[in-house]
Amino acid sequence: MRSHNLRSFRILFSAIVLICFIAIFIDFKNLIPTKYINIILSLQFIPSLLKFHNIGTLASAGFIAVLILTFLTGRTYCSFLCPLGAGQDLNSRIGGKIRKKFRRYGFKKPHTIIRYTLLGATIIVTIIWGVYLLTLLDPYSIFGRFMTHFGKPVVIVLNNFVAWILHKFDVYTLDHITIKGFQLLTYSIPLIFLFLVGLLSLTKGRLYCNMICPLGTLLGLFSKISIFRIRIDETKCTKCGRCSVGCKSSCIDFLQHKVDISRCVDCYSCINICQDKAISYGPVRLKKKEHKTDTEKRKFIAGSLILMLGLPQILKSQDKTTPVPKKESTVRENKTCPVCPPGGVSIENFNIDCTACSLCIAACPNGVLVPALLQYGVAGMMQPVMDYHKSFCTYNCTKCTEVCPTYALHPLALEAKKLTQIGKVNFVKDNCIVKTEKTACGACSEACPTKAVFMIPYEGNLLIPEVNTEICCGCGHCEYACPTTPYKAIYVDGNPVHVAARPPENIQTEIKTPVDFPF
Amino acid sequence: MKRRDFLKKSAGAGLAAGAALSLGGYDKLWTPKSDFAKYDLVAVMGGTPEAMFDLGIQELGGMGAFVQKGQKVLVKPNIGWDVIPELAANTNPGLVARIVEHCFKAGAKEVYVFDHTCDNWVNCYKNSGIEKAAKSAGAKIVPGNSENYYQQIEIPGGVRLKSAKVHELLLETDVFINVPVLKDHNSTRMTACLKNMMGVVWDRGFWHSNNLNQCIADYALYEKKPALNVIDCYNVMVKNGPQGVSKEDVVQMKSQIITTDWVAGDAAAAKMLGVETEIVEYISIAHRMGLGNMKLESLNIQRLKM
Repeated sequence: MRSHNLRSFRILFSAIVLICFIAIFIDFKNLIPTKYINIILSLQFIPSLLKFHNIGTLASAGFIAVLILTFLTGRTYCSFLCPLGAGQDLNSRIGGKIRKKFRRYGFKKPHTIIRYTLLGATIIVTIIWGVYLLTLLDPYSIFGRFMTHFGKPVVIVLNNFVAWILHKFDVYTLDHITIKGFQLLTYSIPLIFLFLVGLLSLTKGRLYCNMICPLGTLLGLFSKISIFRIRIDETKCTKCGRCSVGCKSSCIDFLQHKVDISRCVDCYSCINICQDKAISYGPVRLKKKEHKTDTEKRKFIAGSLILMLGLPQILKSQDKTTPVPKKESTVRENKTCPVCPPGGVSIENFNIDCTACSLCIAACPNGVLVPALLQYGVAGMMQPVMDYHKSFCTYNCTKCTEVCPTYALHPLALEAKKLTQIGKVNFVKDNCIVKTEKTACGACSEACPTKAVFMIPYEGNLLIPEVNTEICCGCGHCEYACPTTPYKAIYVDGNPVHVAARPPENIQTEIKTPVDFPF
Repeated sequence: MKRRDFLKKSAGAGLAAGAALSLGGYDKLWTPKSDFAKYDLVAVMGGTPEAMFDLGIQELGGMGAFVQKGQKVLVKPNIGWDVIPELAANTNPGLVARIVEHCFKAGAKEVYVFDHTCDNWVNCYKNSGIEKAAKSAGAKIVPGNSENYYQQIEIPGGVRLKSAKVHELLLETDVFINVPVLKDHNSTRMTACLKNMMGVVWDRGFWHSNNLNQCIADYALYEKKPALNVIDCYNVMVKNGPQGVSKEDVVQMKSQIITTDWVAGDAAAAKMLGVETEIVEYISIAHRMGLGNMKLESLNIQRLKM
């Protein structure tokens, strides 16, 4: 095949994929039904591999489809299905517009040692220890973190701007959304990768995919025996070198008429570039070409970078705090264990399966999930953890368990989720307003959906909270609602292993329907 | 300097109020009374929430006595919790819709509905049934989930609550109709009119940590008072309030209290719930502060059965 349409098809297809992935991560209104999210995610190699490892159903075996695809067509995954790949192609294009030099790649030797070391290390660490390196290097998860940390806030800022304008016209179709940023340090990993991937793709095409990405290297190994591949027809080739210069994988050695198939991501640009029609994509041998450049977008890039760098600060400033009560609470919360999201089964189980793609963080309608710093240890950085000072887990919601692509969060039916105890409530009487101020409060008990926090008589007419950990689901609404600072008078300590909560019991009230007014 | 002014002013206001109180006419001082209102309070029993409102409001001279042509109206129900209408943690959606209809019939230009919810607001608005009901009646459903919608107000004379951030709609509308649902409450023992105001302010935590009962009463000092209070006592959560656990907490009382005096409304509601008025501290505090009359025996009450 020498058709120019191959490249156009690739661009169109990957653009759709990229838009879908951006959409599922920035969907702050939860408009996209979970089943579509799951379909979009089903072909992501590493999430699907982990999910298959966990549940072993054929439906979860999207990665097998990817492997078959690679056997047949080479690394088409990298150009067609990988959101990070599509994003990099877009960035390379922008790079080429800033400086034409950035689009002149030329043949380079593969970084054999680096790429196979990284692949080997990732596989070994994953098998022996857990997903920790995968978490860092899985392209889909990297993309997810970009979206959650930088993409979604930008979209919300835009939403707020539009909402503000509509608001002026008394229209409330869009609502203002308070952006609650994460802890500043958690921005470091996505930021480092943003620079690494961004810079490499801006100037060197697909170097990240061919040097660092373990999935790229792995698929490269499979593609070495692929049926369809790019080939150069020696009889037609005039060794002009244009293909090599235009190859973003820097994998065409035109002097030798060789294409390093392990690095070729099947972008099909060379077919269009070749003026001799010597390059083709097919089962055994052939060639072709074209080249374009556009206007510069330097200001746009600079603006975006400034925005990205400034974002954590903007977010921080948006995080408004509540006024402090009269006396400061004195007893430190004694949290022994972080709270991992429902469906995680146990922290250990969760930690070994989560690649920190942060889709759950993006999808959580309450914004209670945040990327962990060191709550799970160094290895669990960026994995989602519940932050009950920021928000609480909605009792009637299973969104995070539905969207998780790796099965690190098992899907839970709503009734099962309500009875999954992810943590236990602890009450610190010495911090409680009722004791320290001798005035009524009850914010915690009011918020508790199961009445695991209830009120018992205290001094005089006052009531004070009491807890029943058996029926506590660990949603953290009590902790969120508690008005004491700096330490809460009630908090949820995570369960290392999630257990079943006893269903809340309730007896029929003895009060009867009145027949007459009591006044 | 500012503080001194404030103290002077509040002392002055206190003196004036005290003087007025000693003359006994406090309800006229504080309650926005309509010329049409023959009664201080109308209690209806035995119908649907909609039918009871139709009947009750007629006794008070119809909605036209409260809403003038071209006015903007705020209807503030309780939409605090992410539960279905049958569990009665939120105001009955049919009642909200009917009140909205009455407002439009009286010539309202625009009717707004919102609440600062406790649970996730999108879920609350949806699962309470209020969003759909109010919208179909023609009201505008407005979010209350972001601090951006709230504006600072001062409450001169407040003992603990001297300022608050209230939803802009409260300031921008001409008429305010308070539509709470009567419920048990875990710490104040009862929630209805006065406590429903926690849903128009941004920072509830401050109230909780600064003498909740006093703050609830203090807020009632704020000048923008409800022209009308409609207490939904159709399904009443008599325990495990204000959120409730299951339908075992709910008793069908098929009642409704409509009043211009929210302290009186709360006092009557407490009776419905079977709670001593004195135990609900904010009612007696508000009464003492002259914000209304909790002595039901001294009020002109119309009791209707359907």
